[in-house]
Amino acid sequence: MTTIDAPRSRQRRSRGRTNTELYAWLFMRVSGLLLVVLVLGHLFIMNILDGGVQRINFAFVAGRWSSPFWQVWDLLMLWLAMIHGANGLRTIISDYTRRDATRFWLKMLLYTATGLTIALGTLVIFTFDPNIS
Amino acid sequence: MSTSTQPRDAAATGGGGRTRLAGTLYRGREGMWSWVAHRITGVLTFFFLFAHVLDTALVRVSPSSYDSVIADYKNPFVNLLELGLVGAVLFHALNGLRVIAVDFWSRGARLQRQMLWTIVAVWVVVMVPGAFFMLKHSVETIFGS
Repeated sequence: MTTIDAPRSRQRRSRGRTNTELYAWLFMRVSGLLLVVLVLGHLFIMNILDGGVQRINFAFVAGRWSSPFWQVWDLLMLWLAMIHGANGLRTIISDYTRRDATRFWLKMLLYTATGLTIALGTLVIFTFDPNIS
Repeated sequence: MSTSTQPRDAAATGGGGRTRLAGTLYRGREGMWSWVAHRITGVLTFFFLFAHVLDTALVRVSPSSYDSVIADYKNPFVNLLELGLVGAVLFHALNGLRVIAVDFWSRGARLQRQMLWTIVAVWVVVMVPGAFFMLKHSVETIFGS
């Protein structure tokens, strides 16, 4: 029979314990607040303002990214949204996987896909050429 | 989650309730369902993000390849999916603010149910005009202006 600790007894702290999960929790709140502004602003401009999605084309993107303001906006949104989403999915993987190997490989797949997507998006913002043929 | 009202399941009323399942199955109320909706809208948005970074990356290939993929977004059916995406993101954003209030505001946990119905009301108030402006062009395309 397993013994159960008395209620409200001190938790046994394993050695080498870190506060990573606390920072992850805090990051979700802070990035969430910023993303409310960044993403809802993005959705409003792209989908509703001034004709919405019908007016978007290459020239529209070139016009926006000629301004450092929108470059920084999009870069910040890319990084925060990807990391916020990846951490959310990490929680979901931990919740629903039963086998250690499944959990490990799903997380590796998640981190790889997230890293590649952040790298691609960052590259595109920094190397954008409005005069590309 | 806060339970300011009386428990309604059969077990709490001494058995012999409406259904036999009522005493054994956890059926959270607003708190649980908002959590479920938060997960689903979050996962949907995150998966869309991968596709969206890829399609935007076509600006680095050529103007015509970017314009051709953006043409798909202007299709009336995809336009309807975009409305669904906006609705999902807006719920996730509003409910995220509610979660922050529950975590950091001293009265947050007690008012979580009221806050949920408040954000649902805000969601409806924003989505009605939002849907009008987002679907306007599609409706005109299909039915003529």
